[in-house]
Amino acid sequence: MSFLLAAAATTGAPASTGFHFTPALGMFLTFVLITLGITYWSARKSTGASNYFAAGRGITAWQNGLAVAGDYMSAASFLGIAGMIAFKGYDGFMYSVGWLVAYLTVLLVVAEPLRNAGKYTMADVLAYRLSPRPVRAMASLSTLTVSTFYMIAQMVGAGALVKLLLPGIGYEWAVTGVGVLMIVYVVFGGMLATTWVQIIKAVLLMSGSLFLSVLVLRHFDYSFVKFFEAVGKVPVAGPDGTIVHKDFLKPGLIFGLEVTKGWGPIDLISLGLALVFGTAGLPHVLVRFYTVPDAKTARISVVWAMIIIGAFYIMTTLLGFGAATILTPGKISVENMSAPLLAQALGGEIFFAFISAVAFATILAVVAGLTISASTSFAHDFYTNVLHHGRERAPGEEVRVARIAAFVVGAVAIFLAIKLQTINVAFLVGLAFAVAASANLPVIVLSLFWKRFNTAGAVWGLGVGLVGSIVLIILSPSVMDANGKALINAAPLFPLKNPGIVSIPLGFLAAWIATLMSNDHTSEAKFAELTVRANTGLGAEKATAH
Amino acid sequence: MPEDPNPDRDLTPEVSAETDVARLGHTSPPPAHEQTADEDADVVDWDRVAAMEQFKALLKAKIAFIVPATLFFVVYYFALPVLVGWFPELMEKRIGPVNLAYVFALSQFFMAWAVAFVYLRKAAKFDEEARQIIARLDQPKGAKPE
Repeated sequence: MSFLLAAAATTGAPASTGFHFTPALGMFLTFVLITLGITYWSARKSTGASNYFAAGRGITAWQNGLAVAGDYMSAASFLGIAGMIAFKGYDGFMYSVGWLVAYLTVLLVVAEPLRNAGKYTMADVLAYRLSPRPVRAMASLSTLTVSTFYMIAQMVGAGALVKLLLPGIGYEWAVTGVGVLMIVYVVFGGMLATTWVQIIKAVLLMSGSLFLSVLVLRHFDYSFVKFFEAVGKVPVAGPDGTIVHKDFLKPGLIFGLEVTKGWGPIDLISLGLALVFGTAGLPHVLVRFYTVPDAKTARISVVWAMIIIGAFYIMTTLLGFGAATILTPGKISVENMSAPLLAQALGGEIFFAFISAVAFATILAVVAGLTISASTSFAHDFYTNVLHHGRERAPGEEVRVARIAAFVVGAVAIFLAIKLQTINVAFLVGLAFAVAASANLPVIVLSLFWKRFNTAGAVWGLGVGLVGSIVLIILSPSVMDANGKALINAAPLFPLKNPGIVSIPLGFLAAWIATLMSNDHTSEAKFAELTVRANTGLGAEKATAH
Repeated sequence: MPEDPNPDRDLTPEVSAETDVARLGHTSPPPAHEQTADEDADVVDWDRVAAMEQFKALLKAKIAFIVPATLFFVVYYFALPVLVGWFPELMEKRIGPVNLAYVFALSQFFMAWAVAFVYLRKAAKFDEEARQIIARLDQPKGAKPE
């Protein structure tokens, strides 16, 4: 890294020329070079559909655990939650809990049956007993919706982040750069390159957070008692400029009854439902279980991911409370900058640069995962199985279509992210989870566990879950605001920011009613087969020999 | 993975490799996943397996663990926002340097890990059961008309 420092030192900091070389930029470029090297290596290795879509099913448990964690922990988790705790204290910590607990649904309910009975996408499991074409078409639509929403939120975040961390690089350039990189990883390197980008990101993120946590503890002489004493009286600038001391362990700054006009934590409960049911329906998380050799490895990889994700969120507490207690009041003006500024205060410029580079790596790994899951679903579900009845017209066609789809998805995401620059799109993350929880999860669960479930139920469940979540979000305070602070300038018609508490029951209800309204019983014939496959692994997709 | 001896070779996958979705010409049987129930009915008699006492016992044991475990973690998790939101006096009780709200939130992480580890141990037993079921079948695992 020394040549970068030298470069940074000699370049200095020209005051107003805009672009200049900083340690943060240097570290980010190093990450880009390493990941491009991995992409080159993967591109030479990835031939054939199972290699391209599922990394040859040869990823080991710990590797997949890291990759799942890398796929899942977005910049919103890293910078957002740390910032939330730094500004609002305890409620930010309470907010972070659901992101880990949600993995128990993945572990107990979906990971193993999905690996045993599917091939590349969640729709494989649905298509087993149900009429494949309508079900795959709807599942693909839902997957593309979830991935695109989530991706736009990430890309807009990336652009905003660059403005803060690398002054001199414009928003458009940042978004385009992130978009082009993710397209290169996915189009040329396929699932193998994407997996390794996620693994490296997870290692960087964990080591950065761990080091920063240790620095925070060192500041308090490694004493948790001293640390929590400081958290108990955080100096905060009051409205009249005087310093008041606040107990940051006291709940209520975000979800308290008076803050939420009597709704209390209902919004958090609604989000919690979307997390607990939605994580197990997120297409970019689910595709990861097809990259391992068997269901047992899938299971162990979820536990690895849980250890990593849990440790990360616990460390986030230290970072958030650390920023609140160590940085003087008023020093952080933007919530998302809490962790990087804390790194700067405790570890100097180089550590600030490292944490900034980690934030970029985080975004890149997540958007690459989203791109590959969207393009896999388009090529495998929609193109091959809906348009061409499950027959490839030429060898390698499915992979070729996926590559084109990845390119198109990436280009659309870049375009939309640039167009939506000025709009607060954080709610799109909540929407992605709500759709995953209200559309995807109900049909996965019912198809695995309810014999009577049929095609009508799946199509209606997916449709109502998808449309219901989107409509409720549009009517919510995230999109409608009477003071003109959101997209629509009117009073919200739905009081909660997170629609899960209504849309998830709607999704289940629609699937249940539509099933019973239909006289289709053909799906029952294959229930025994799906149950046996899902629970024994008989006939499951094997790893390709390397 | 050793260096590719012939980097310029044709990168299109082998026709009728196991991972292909469909072979050229549509004459040979499609891979297991794309087969309809009729096409692969002879691979394993799924209904026979489903009717085996041992398989039924496995399913029952799995459900007997998964359903209570899921209910437990859902209740435990949602107790956090409910208690913190509507019973703040209780949750602000001090415990050493912190309060009950913090301890309960932190305990969620250990609860999730604990459920996961208990499940890992249970699942090892389920794997063993499944292995025995497969061993009892006339046609061994993976025997496909390919």
